[in-house]
Amino acid sequence: MTTPAPSNDSRTPRDAGNWASKVDRLAAPEAKSKVGYNVTGRKVTGPQQGFGRLWQRTYAANLGTAVDPQTLIADWKLNFGDYWPAGSVFHNTLTGIEPGDVAPIEVGIASRGPKLATGILVLYADDESFTFMTPQGHMFAGMITFSSESRDDETWVEIKILIRPNDPLWELAWPVAKRKEDVFWIGTVSNIASHYGVADANVSEETVCIDHKRMWSNWRNIWHNSGIRSGLHIVTAPLRMLRPHKSPR
Amino acid sequence: MPDPDVTMTVQHPEAGTAVIEIVGDVTAACEPVLMSAYEQACAPGTRFLVLDFSGLTYMNSGGIGMLVTLLVRANRQQQKLAAVGLTDHYRQIFELTRLDEAIALHDDAATALATA
Repeated sequence: MTTPAPSNDSRTPRDAGNWASKVDRLAAPEAKSKVGYNVTGRKVTGPQQGFGRLWQRTYAANLGTAVDPQTLIADWKLNFGDYWPAGSVFHNTLTGIEPGDVAPIEVGIASRGPKLATGILVLYADDESFTFMTPQGHMFAGMITFSSESRDDETWVEIKILIRPNDPLWELAWPVAKRKEDVFWIGTVSNIASHYGVADANVSEETVCIDHKRMWSNWRNIWHNSGIRSGLHIVTAPLRMLRPHKSPR
Repeated sequence: MPDPDVTMTVQHPEAGTAVIEIVGDVTAACEPVLMSAYEQACAPGTRFLVLDFSGLTYMNSGGIGMLVTLLVRANRQQQKLAAVGLTDHYRQIFELTRLDEAIALHDDAATALATA
């Protein structure tokens, strides 16, 4: 985790503590280095650094009066990965989600078998929302915001995603990835609703194509493709086991 | 969504250019205000848009997402975007999110307009 840098300017803004400090390259926490191999050394990628079409996807559900937005967000930050459907792992810190945190993630491709390793940077966090940004090689380049707000005295939970598939292969895989995203995030919101006693929550989904244009100048992003690199990492595991270990001094 | 706490004023200092002066909070809630200002800024022949953030008091990640959407619209119209008046704090956020690779950062509108 990095501490937000104080502003050199006299006009210190209210959001000063909510943003991650500027980093050029990400570094997974030492304790998570075994699963952070596709994160450490990578740059973050905003939507304009991706390759495919730009999509805005929104998942939302009304939780009624089961919980207030601040309590929900505090809980979600602390137990983020616990609300994910089975098969994927979010390696967050024990203290939850703070601006500047780098968290490796392992995404289950199928219900069993090898997992795709990538990660996220916590770009922004406040009492009612938090936002992740993706690294090079992630399936998507962009941001994902998790928020909760009160509307007419009822609490809504929302996941808003602004992404481009990161490289030509992920763009080709978009029709499948889109369906997997639906299952994953609708499952996550349903798990949250269920945790707060809202059974059979109606999770809405909206997908808007913001930009049909593909960013051909970014086709080289494929070099960092986490799917390819995760596969190579798995097949070369025996070689790493043969490598002599450094003995501690 | 809460009401936006922002005002945006549009000026056309030179032919083919526009400056949108932003005062207040930039969040996802101010998207209608920004898009309305953008429509005003898009007089026929406008090729260079300057976003003046001198009066920016707060921005969250929703605000960054909204700027990405604006950038896409401007690119579609073959317009260039520049941002001016950013404090060190907000300049770092533009750099962190790599928005600075698509939106040129300048100290003030005069400097930005000189590159138009």
